[in-house]
Amino acid sequence: MFLHNIGIIPGSTKSSSSISDERVITNLSRRGFVVGSSLFVVGVALAGCSSYEEPKIDPNAIELPEAGPSPLTEVKGGDATPALWIAIEESGTVKITCHRSEMGQQVWTSMAQIVADELEAAWDKVEIVQAEGHERYGDQNTDGSRSVRYNFHRLRVAGAAMKQMLVEAAAVYWKMKPSECSASQGLVSNNQNSDTLSYGNLAKLAARLQVPEEADVTLKDPKDWRYINKEIPSLTIPRITRGEGTFGIDVDRPGMVHAVVARPPQLFGKTGAVRDADALAIPGVLQTVKLPDPSAPALFQPLGGVAVVATDTWAAIQGRSALEINWIDGPNASYDSETFAEQMKQTARRSGTVRRKRGNVASDLASAAQKIEAEYYAPHLSQSPMEPPAATAEWDGDKLECWACVQDPQATRQTLSDLLKIDKENITVHATWLGGAFGRKSKPDFVVEAALIAKEVGKPVKVTWTREDEVRHGFYHSVSAQRLEAGLDADGKCTSYLHRTVFPPIASTFVPGMDVPTDGEMGLGATDVPFAMPNLQVESGNAKGHVRIGWLRSVSNIYHAFAVQSFAAEMAHAAGKDQKDYLLELIGDARTIDPNAEGATYPNYDASLEEYPIETARLTNVVNKVSDMAKWGRKMPAGHGLGIAVHRSFLSYIATIVEVAVTPEGALTIPGVWLAVDSGTVINPRHTRAQMEGGTIYGLSNALFGEITAKNGAIVQENFPSWRVLRMEEAPRAFEVEIVKSNSAPAGVGEPATPPAAPALANAIFNATGHRIRTLPIIGANGSRLTLPTKATAQAEE
Amino acid sequence: MTTTLNINGKTETVDAAPGTPLLWVLRDHLKMTGTKFGCGVAQCGACTVHVDGSPTRSCITAHDSLGDAKVTTIEGVTGNAADAIREVWVKNDVPQCGYCQSGQIMAATALLAENSSPSDEDIDVAMSGNICRCATYMSIRRAIKEAAG
Repeated sequence: MFLHNIGIIPGSTKSSSSISDERVITNLSRRGFVVGSSLFVVGVALAGCSSYEEPKIDPNAIELPEAGPSPLTEVKGGDATPALWIAIEESGTVKITCHRSEMGQQVWTSMAQIVADELEAAWDKVEIVQAEGHERYGDQNTDGSRSVRYNFHRLRVAGAAMKQMLVEAAAVYWKMKPSECSASQGLVSNNQNSDTLSYGNLAKLAARLQVPEEADVTLKDPKDWRYINKEIPSLTIPRITRGEGTFGIDVDRPGMVHAVVARPPQLFGKTGAVRDADALAIPGVLQTVKLPDPSAPALFQPLGGVAVVATDTWAAIQGRSALEINWIDGPNASYDSETFAEQMKQTARRSGTVRRKRGNVASDLASAAQKIEAEYYAPHLSQSPMEPPAATAEWDGDKLECWACVQDPQATRQTLSDLLKIDKENITVHATWLGGAFGRKSKPDFVVEAALIAKEVGKPVKVTWTREDEVRHGFYHSVSAQRLEAGLDADGKCTSYLHRTVFPPIASTFVPGMDVPTDGEMGLGATDVPFAMPNLQVESGNAKGHVRIGWLRSVSNIYHAFAVQSFAAEMAHAAGKDQKDYLLELIGDARTIDPNAEGATYPNYDASLEEYPIETARLTNVVNKVSDMAKWGRKMPAGHGLGIAVHRSFLSYIATIVEVAVTPEGALTIPGVWLAVDSGTVINPRHTRAQMEGGTIYGLSNALFGEITAKNGAIVQENFPSWRVLRMEEAPRAFEVEIVKSNSAPAGVGEPATPPAAPALANAIFNATGHRIRTLPIIGANGSRLTLPTKATAQAEE
Repeated sequence: MTTTLNINGKTETVDAAPGTPLLWVLRDHLKMTGTKFGCGVAQCGACTVHVDGSPTRSCITAHDSLGDAKVTTIEGVTGNAADAIREVWVKNDVPQCGYCQSGQIMAATALLAENSSPSDEDIDVAMSGNICRCATYMSIRRAIKEAAG
């Protein structure tokens, strides 16, 4: 199988395939492309062409002018120099470098589809090399649902440029014009006869040619795509089914020892007296290492505490249990999430900072025929990827090499350099496969732990986080309180809308005392609200962070979409109108929206509004599509309800309908979910469908069960019994996804299915029971199966 | 302490402290990392192996309690049910990140070996101990049914 050689396995020899490939790439000048080192004679016998034997090209026998530097270093998206992305071996193997982290979104496959399509590579010759963390690749932060968006164009250019160089090489060899040759499936054909030259044979000659200017690179017409927008099977899954592939937690190095860390229960709590005699008496425990106490701001620093180093992970865990540590209270010792929730709700009842304004909300609300208001609350959440954080570090003198399940190997390298005070050039960071991430693994604190401990121990060290560590010492999704008010006229039409949102910003993790929601977070579902009423105001209220606040799949969109799309249904109910019809009325006519024109500072996911406008027609379209799919308006059985929500995030438009069934006893099931997505150009419909299902269920899981709370500054939940996540028996029975056909620029798919899930669910519960959900989670950790609170049950019986 | 184990039909001798869970013996001592750590308390199923054919949480199974029981891991599981499950898993791109999928495949294989045409309820009972945060549940359910024919 061609998959066996894929590069990230940190095997028993020092030079793993990924390392050697990196060296090949870095050692070559950036003008051409890389030719692999396996030296065996190419002989291609083509079926049905027994008279033709491909000649072996001696590239040194052909004189060529010296090629200049690559002119493709600054195309849209970054460097498209073919050598950076593609290496063709004499065997014909095409090694494509993936600089983004593979965490289940199938980025290995989608990146390969883009390059291989333009390159005209044969798919069964394609292998992936996972890039180390390095600026030469441009942005590697695999976060924000933007791997395809950022790289689609430049990877197409890289593939197409290399194809043209291979064609030109064949033309040079045949002494013809390139236009008299054509490339397909790893072969260049002579159009005047049936002769062919294989890519592997041509590679060394092509590497000496000038890389073309972008203007001279011809990209395929989308109708000729062979891999892009096709259901190409995954490059990783066959290995997964055999237990192969190396995740961060699977890394093994010669002489490696294992560590777990006891961390202070509170953020910025300190480590006092430590008694480790009992720990050291445990068989297999080698030593303990005290880690430095961090000081504010948290950044990506480790949390301090004491590491236990042992010959295997279990001994380290046992040793940690035997430690006696006097934890010293820090500045967050009084943090109680229940008290804090009340404070945030109070803040949401007072005027806040205006972040977007249209018309005059206050005067319209005062004169409205009907005024409605609602308050929503959503708790902290933990990302909880199935693979907890794990990292391996190895020192060689003052050089540091790390292997870890990180979403951003460049940030990891920079953080290691900053905190360990070593030159970045002396640090190598290898991204392994990630066993899920959801934002947790964009924070490399755990890699720093491994480096600190390994330095102390003098051997390669793997740090493994247990599930308790992951749940209790995370970077949590922010807690939030929101208040919405609306004025309706005598016909029930909304004329004014006020949305006030209060949450500790992610910036509180990075800037001391920062308590102001940022433009970025406000632009995740608050300031970009697509409603058409004449008076609109979005406000924020301040809140301080007392735990590390971080990104979690779709980030602030989760609580904003929950509040805004629930409130849309509440307005419909107040107006006596159908939820879907009212939603379309709120969105209004087909137009583009620029929140900046109404006082907002709107980042639009770092994309321009020219390339990625907010288009209400696309929202309306997915609402109508999903309504058709779910047969919105059909007569529902007793206790059943449909709920709808629509949301634009990560530049994609998604409408979701959830059906719930609630028994008179309050037992809830989800018979079906329907989802329509418009995410522009789709690389692989399989991936998009998988992300729609996965993102939705992630949102349903959070909404039904997810709640991280704190008492005395410490997280209360510990592991999957108390931190509850959705299981097979609770999953929807049916799930239909429709992908809108689109030639628009590619948008995100990893995150945008999550935000509409919670409000669609809450709206369905309302339609089934009359009970309005304004506080998440709906059930929590202690509910028996899917049993709704008694209030909902009582109303269901009415 | 030296213990002899029967793993994937091979005799393996390991030197681990008494009571060390099979999970860590597989992963750290035998370098068989296909079996995953997810929770350590038998709540997530990522560590599922077969012991004499029955799906078993290796994270709470002391390696020195196994005697001569036959342990099968993702690296060694074979047979009609395993072949059928692997085939539909690959054909339908069931996994996403794949981390929980060793456990999912071991649980699904055991289900299919015992019940050749499982209902939705049978699948719920057999698979609800295996958490997938990527939420491949629908894909798993469809694939098990396809494997069952």
